[in-house]
Amino acid sequence: MNESLSVNHLLGIKDLTPTDIDLIFKTADNFKTVINRPIKRVPTLRDITIANVFFENSTRTRVSFEIAEKRLSADVINFSSASSSVSKGESLIDTVNNILAMKVDMVVMRHPAPGACIFLAKNTKTQVINAGDGTHEHPTQALLDAYSIREKTGSIAGKRVLIVGDIMHSRVAISNIFCLNKLGAEVMVCGPATLIPKHIEHLGVKVEYDLKKALQWCDVANMLRIQLERQDIKYFPSIREYTMQYGLNKRLLESIGKEIVVMHPGPINRGVEITSDVADHAQSIILDQVENGVAIRMAILYLLAMKTNANSIV
Amino acid sequence: MSKRRILDSQLTGIILKRIALEITENHGDMTNSAIIGLQPRGIRLASQLKEVVSEITGNKNILYGELDSTFYRDDFRKDNKILVPNSIQIDFLIENKTIIIVDDVLYTGRSVRSALNALGDFGRPRKIELMTLVDRTFNRELPIKPDYVGEEVDTRANDRVEVLWNENQTTPEVWIITE
Repeated sequence: MNESLSVNHLLGIKDLTPTDIDLIFKTADNFKTVINRPIKRVPTLRDITIANVFFENSTRTRVSFEIAEKRLSADVINFSSASSSVSKGESLIDTVNNILAMKVDMVVMRHPAPGACIFLAKNTKTQVINAGDGTHEHPTQALLDAYSIREKTGSIAGKRVLIVGDIMHSRVAISNIFCLNKLGAEVMVCGPATLIPKHIEHLGVKVEYDLKKALQWCDVANMLRIQLERQDIKYFPSIREYTMQYGLNKRLLESIGKEIVVMHPGPINRGVEITSDVADHAQSIILDQVENGVAIRMAILYLLAMKTNANSIV
Repeated sequence: MSKRRILDSQLTGIILKRIALEITENHGDMTNSAIIGLQPRGIRLASQLKEVVSEITGNKNILYGELDSTFYRDDFRKDNKILVPNSIQIDFLIENKTIIIVDDVLYTGRSVRSALNALGDFGRPRKIELMTLVDRTFNRELPIKPDYVGEEVDTRANDRVEVLWNENQTTPEVWIITE
């Protein structure tokens, strides 16, 4: 078994091998026991400083990364574009190089531009972790989603996973498709035709426009948020109509004749893509996803830090 | 390369029994004590030791755990070594108990140091003792001394001590390999 990652940065799921993902999951298992004991901290990354650089809003991902870093005893710097010199016209590379000059070892970045993390990894001397770049990828979310499926159902290979909603603008959808495919799951996407990218079946996914049929096919349904902030034109007549066609409510969930696992990457718009009684349903693992997010991010930070040598940096 | 066997499995069986008797002498029926094996190589020895102590004391419910201290090691990111964590299994409170930590070979003492730190994150035991099957006396890098020793051996730094478990035996054999 390979005991070290094949990559030096986490830029997207696309670069990972199934062995990498397996290693991340196994390591996350160990961290999950750490975060569930009275003293939830280990000293492993005590000599590492990590900057969380967020050019886009975030609650869950940012808090999750910060907790993961603190549980590993790393020093943490939080930085958001609103309160920084980016608003004075400084470039991305200059901003990050200035942070690195203060002896920062790793950068966790979220940015509205697709590929921003790849650009950063190529042009700076640091380890970069992608916390979401535009409509490109959100690798840690896909890993924690797959990890949660594995935890709930035992395995991922052969499982049928449905992704519902705004596939076009969703980095979560793309990363999930890559990740689940690599692990041997079958993936189907469902949503209004305007929000399903053309030729998406070339990524190895099925497409279905009828939510009930799609739900009857799947073992796991991942309900995505409509990303109104990324939509430049109207893709459907109204939120109310979207909810009627593609919202998941309790009646629909209980009418399909089998038990499926319900997931949501957050933030939830209750009453739009998912009703409150489904979000809080026994079949929903939404809060498990959040808990697992910390363990997954600790595993990634640990495994990436192991690729560097403290002596070579000093 | 030369190999020599310093203990066969019959002898390690006798040694385990002797150590189990010493432990019983100090701990009585083990009601307020626990045996914790260090991952990865100490756990088999620890569970075997637990069986023997259990036989002697008649206590079938001796507290037993497995501790991994990978995240507490001092060589993370130091010499390009890949550190693979193992599972932790301690499903009892260590608070105010006497803990006997068990490892197969005591060498530099660094693993034991990390295990002491890891154990500290589970609570405050009344006392911690150390049992090791083989003590490589000349190579200590930290002030750590075992309470129960199977066999003391004098080795050089380029020697390797291997504890081998054969399929059909309940106790291991010990080899010294010189490169």
